[in-house]
Amino acid sequence: MNARLSALGAGLLFGIGLWLSGMANPRKVLDFLDVAGNWDPSLLLVMGGAVAVTLAAFRPVAKWPRPLLAPQFVLPALKEIDAPLVIGAAVFGLGWGIGGYCPGPALTALANLSVEPFVFVAAMVAGGLLESVTHRQGR
Amino acid sequence: MENFTPVPALAGGVLIGLASVWLLAANGRIAGISNILHGLFARAPGDLAWRAWFIAGLIAAGFLWHALGLAPAPRSGFGLGWAAAAGLLVGYGTRMSNGCTSGHGVCGLGRLSLRSLAAVVVFMLTGGIAVYVVRHLIGVAS
Repeated sequence: MNARLSALGAGLLFGIGLWLSGMANPRKVLDFLDVAGNWDPSLLLVMGGAVAVTLAAFRPVAKWPRPLLAPQFVLPALKEIDAPLVIGAAVFGLGWGIGGYCPGPALTALANLSVEPFVFVAAMVAGGLLESVTHRQGR
Repeated sequence: MENFTPVPALAGGVLIGLASVWLLAANGRIAGISNILHGLFARAPGDLAWRAWFIAGLIAAGFLWHALGLAPAPRSGFGLGWAAAAGLLVGYGTRMSNGCTSGHGVCGLGRLSLRSLAAVVVFMLTGGIAVYVVRHLIGVAS
């Protein structure tokens, strides 16, 4: 299998996980974040199930000499809890709590073929570009 | 809590985790959706293909779910202005902090990254604040 087909398959499986778990439904995500409303704890189990798998497998896999289909692992080098991390996460959370979409669910919700996810995704790309032109100096 | 769906939530979460391990084991990459997306607009041309294919798979999953008749009815009546504002904040914030629910949440926590743990705590907190303000104080149906 080549690397592109592998990336396609990983994306497909990731997306199926989002739909099965309910995360592709922004109302369900907001019901999780809405602890003062009709709280839905399901997303704790989505995160728990996903992290249980990555906790078990990531560190052993990252010790392999190389990935199966690529020359090397590309892992985040940043370790510091700095201002861009905290401010960026805070801004992301605000958007998540307003719309109910984080990036993965928004992309796979494009398949709804309704206007809302297209508007969200276009704005999300624009927001990323805006950040890269306003905040990249010295980084 | 009648909307609590523990079994599909847990099963879907496991699939998300397996997909993340797959991308790391085969492609050597972190399945952080925001970084995969933003990188499409930033990186060297040689780095684009796997990103585009992963996102194509992600979107294809949505079409598959619809074809199987399993997708819930899309939300209607949520203002597009709110959707645009939310998208801008999500795009700006995830690029600034180098990650989202998947990169910092699923993958970062799996790597035992304190940086990612800090990000998760912060975005859960501000997410909760935002939904409280928008749903309960402003009264937007979302």
